Amino acid sequence: MTLFIVRRLLQAAFVLLMVSLVVFFAVYAVGDPVELLVSADASAAERALAIQRLGLDRPAWEQYLGFLGNALRGDLGRSFVHGTPALELIVQRIPATFELVVLALIVALALGLPLGLVAGLNPERRVGRVIMTGSIFGYSLPNFWQGMMFLLLFSVWLGLLPTSGRGETVDVLGIKLSLFTADGLRHMLMPALNLSLANIALVIRLTAAGAVEARAQDYVRFARAKGVRHSRIVRRHILRNILIPVVTVMGLEFGSLIAYSTITETVFAWPGMGKLLIDSIYQLDRPVVVAYVMLVTLLFVVVNLLVDLLYAALDPRVQVLEPAA
Amino acid sequence: MSTRIDSSTLGMMDTPLRAAMLKRIRSRPTAIGAGAALAVMVALALFAPLLAPQNPYDLTGLSIMNNRLEPGSVGMNGVTYWLGTDAQGRDMLSAILYGLRISLVVGLLATAGAAAIGITVGLLAGYVGGLVETLLMRLVDFFLGFPTLLVALVLLAMIGRGVDKVVLAIVLVQWANYARLVRGSVLVERRKEYVEAAQNLGFSRARIMLIHILPNCLGPMLVFATIQVATTIALEATLSFLGVGVPVTEPSLGLLIANGFEHLLSGEYWISFYPGVALLILIFSINLVGDRLRESLDPRRRA
Amino acid sequence: MTNTIRRACAAACMTLAFAASGAIAQTLKLGLSSEPTAIDPHYHELTPNIALSHHIFETLTRTDADLKIQPRLAVSWTNRDDRTWVFKLREGVKFTNGAPFTADDVIYSFCRILNNETAVSASFTDPIKNMEKVTKDGDHTLVIVTKSAEPLLLSELSQTFIMSKAAVKVDKVVFDPGTRCGVTTPWPTVAQFNDGSLAIGTGPYALKSYTKGGAIELVRNDSYWGEKPHWAELRLSAVPNAGPRLAGLLAGDFDLIENPAARDLGRIRGNERFAHVVRPSNRVIFLQLDQREESPFVRSDKGNPMRDVRVRRAMSMAIDRKAIVQRIMDNAAAPANQFLPGEMFGAMPDAPELSYDPQGAKKLLADAGYPNGFQVTLHATNDRYINDGQIAQAIAQYLAQIGIRTEVDAMTRSIFFGRRSKREFSFSMGGWGSTTGEASSFLRQWVATTDKDSGLGLSNYGAFSDPVFDKIIAEAIKTIDSGKREALLREAGKRAMEQMSHIPIHFESTIWAFRKGIEYKGRADQMTLATDIRPRG
Repeated sequence: MTLFIVRRLLQAAFVLLMVSLVVFFAVYAVGDPVELLVSADASAAERALAIQRLGLDRPAWEQYLGFLGNALRGDLGRSFVHGTPALELIVQRIPATFELVVLALIVALALGLPLGLVAGLNPERRVGRVIMTGSIFGYSLPNFWQGMMFLLLFSVWLGLLPTSGRGETVDVLGIKLSLFTADGLRHMLMPALNLSLANIALVIRLTAAGAVEARAQDYVRFARAKGVRHSRIVRRHILRNILIPVVTVMGLEFGSLIAYSTITETVFAWPGMGKLLIDSIYQLDRPVVVAYVMLVTLLFVVVNLLVDLLYAALDPRVQVLEPAA
Repeated sequence: MSTRIDSSTLGMMDTPLRAAMLKRIRSRPTAIGAGAALAVMVALALFAPLLAPQNPYDLTGLSIMNNRLEPGSVGMNGVTYWLGTDAQGRDMLSAILYGLRISLVVGLLATAGAAAIGITVGLLAGYVGGLVETLLMRLVDFFLGFPTLLVALVLLAMIGRGVDKVVLAIVLVQWANYARLVRGSVLVERRKEYVEAAQNLGFSRARIMLIHILPNCLGPMLVFATIQVATTIALEATLSFLGVGVPVTEPSLGLLIANGFEHLLSGEYWISFYPGVALLILIFSINLVGDRLRESLDPRRRA
Repeated sequence: MTNTIRRACAAACMTLAFAASGAIAQTLKLGLSSEPTAIDPHYHELTPNIALSHHIFETLTRTDADLKIQPRLAVSWTNRDDRTWVFKLREGVKFTNGAPFTADDVIYSFCRILNNETAVSASFTDPIKNMEKVTKDGDHTLVIVTKSAEPLLLSELSQTFIMSKAAVKVDKVVFDPGTRCGVTTPWPTVAQFNDGSLAIGTGPYALKSYTKGGAIELVRNDSYWGEKPHWAELRLSAVPNAGPRLAGLLAGDFDLIENPAARDLGRIRGNERFAHVVRPSNRVIFLQLDQREESPFVRSDKGNPMRDVRVRRAMSMAIDRKAIVQRIMDNAAAPANQFLPGEMFGAMPDAPELSYDPQGAKKLLADAGYPNGFQVTLHATNDRYINDGQIAQAIAQYLAQIGIRTEVDAMTRSIFFGRRSKREFSFSMGGWGSTTGEASSFLRQWVATTDKDSGLGLSNYGAFSDPVFDKIIAEAIKTIDSGKREALLREAGKRAMEQMSHIPIHFESTIWAFRKGIEYKGRADQMTLATDIRPRG
């Protein structure tokens, strides 16, 4: 087991190396950051100085080796645009995205589980069909469009919710969070809903499918035959059977949302990581983009590792702990 | 760009029984409606050049003097624009018909491409195991972390703009999801008795993989893929919104919606509304048909 | 039903608003279209950065809303000769740390710009590098001797921010870049400004808090020497997307926003709670035509047709500028007949109109030997200028009508600018705003034959070259006498238009939208300055 985890971590290090290599050169393949950073009427001397300061005067492979050397010491470079350490920029933005995603997933579970259960327990009735069909709405319209509709409805037309930003924050263990102030929560509501719509649909579908499956299982039939109350069957037998896949998938979604809440954050000007990524990509801010993608890859590697371990724990037939090759 | 849907557990299935499936589909009025709608959409897309009053890609036929006309208005050239015109003076009806084509092509091709690569990789990784699995799954990790926007930008810069490039970008970022899903299913399947039996009979690895394991993993894949067609079309819209999608002169439904996004506050609702409706009908019908397909494939509900 | 809900809600919101109004009435909330990247005023020469800096820091000179030079920390100035400037500095000015403002602070600030190690690009260094000597004559007189004649010095100084020398340890400040100007401690870093510790200026506001990606809060500097600003506090937040930004104004989250889309103004016009201002800017949108023999995206019967001035004129005549301004720009732009609006320094006051004449264009094209036109690709950005993607398509539509089959390739600026500077395009759409407010800016940058050493023609990616023009512009930019310089610049502009070196399309206008009860007149340089935003009524 330990050996397995150690081996996976070593592999992860290799993946990170590859990611850094590819992203490093991918940014340069898009365009020349100097063209975006230095104004067109800058003199040749000014331009040369900027190129030298950014380290872009050296050959690309040398730049990469320099980056690697620093990265091993925990220094992922300074942002071209902001002049501050890339890692610091990203880390500062983590809480905002994190709390938004947490709220989005809570909303998704709070709405998705009951609706999915109703749909799954009544698959042949109208209510079940309406829920299943309605859930398609959740992922059929582009995110940015839904977000704008929310803005028009809740802010412009009803005047209920603020349109952008994080609102008031409060320090929790030194981290600024909006989740615990009334004003902050008002700011979070729309972006969180925007982020959760597709996940509500996903939870509904997962729950419904699980419920349908569970209902047909022998132990449920047996319980029903024994005369166990309906509500108890749902709670004790069906719900438990559903929760595992739902929680697993939500765990995976958590990673994806943290990494790619870009559109929601752009529409609602939410100061999170996603907005930073999109800005950095457009400005060809290589250090930030490389650091960001490496962090995200690490996140996925860890999540995948956990999922593999979970598979093994849940289903003894699955053998992920393959013997050393 | 924001959602990667994972539905490994959406329901495991046994071998399909085609007759029962068709019977079930026939007994469902919504499924028939959805199927009919889908057929109509596909037909509209196929015959767009014959049906559309205008070729929306031909710039010589457009005039900005006819731009942003309300639905039903008559342009300076005497043509009636039933669904209005966009900022370029494009007839929205024609743009939607042609856009439907591109969206369908992008949705289907990208999903098929990603599924094909993902299933192959997942199957190999799950069944062969060992070093092959390690290498392939780390490749999956590698691709999962890549931001779609960056992939699209790099492709745009290196090989230029076009519908095929957008398909390629989407395939590149999505195949890894399929691979992860399929591998999960294969890990479960390969320990089952029927596989052991096949192994004992001395069947080749390829045969076991393709004929025995693959069909049993296809069920959840099919469900995932129907959702993915929708997600893919929405993803293409998002790329267009970010300015790295299909060419501006060849709008897809997504690009039309993204363009219309800029006109939402000005009251020119038709520029994004009608493409939005077309997209909704398309995605609803694909999904309803997909849902029924899944139900009819599900042995437990065939009773 | 819905109306009842709205009314009930409105009542509730009003109550809340009244309860809170006492506290927030003096806070002005601004919705910016892009975020400043640092508090450090020497960090990067970007409009949002400079606009923010003008609140906290000050400059020797300033430009007013029409880009005319006005005194600020310098009360007056004289020229002893072409290279020597004497500035009289304002007395009784204090930094927010209590230190008095003297000539030493100016010299220190110049030194810091030259030694700004944490800045990404070396913005602001060029004018200072051209200074041979900077000396003081008492605490409030400054003498600057430039290496070569620098007619634009006053304009450059209006973006050169002064900070307090108290930030570093220095016994005697001398302008000597070789010896660090006498500074013995490390130079200030961008981080020290961002965390507020060195955000010390003489400006009307002081920094209260700064969160990257979040809001910037400023508070009124009560010891400010000049007219006290009306707003006790400012809250600046950036919302890059125009739709959500306008939604923020409509919902009451902002008092004033920058750059709403012109097409959305209808929503404000019909609403008595809001007002807006449209201000012509000097940013020109233009087409650049490749003059090389072999051009990558041109397909024609013989050579590169755009080398022929008749073809360039025909292309210009094919474009209906009024229609573009009206149908695509919603009138928030002005058709351009030259490269700088007529009232700016050195522009032609009466440039002949570039009228729409497709028949004439076809004839001219035939005269040049291209009766069947040719084929070309127009490269443009789709996220840099207002409606850029749409304008490019409209231009292609017009050119197609005279037989020039034009494909449009619109791309993000991240790709576009790099490719353009590698001269990969045949025909591209660009934009240029003259920060100096002088015609020289465009002409020397885009039209002059490229000469890296003298900094001429740096953006002349199409390799346009006209010796007659080059001679006039070379003379103009070293002439200090403003009357003579203006005449020369007009002559240069006339020559460029005759040769149709580039095809101007229109001048963008900048729009600000705000709630009733406040007023902003806007600025030609597109900056949003809270000190100019006043309550009305």
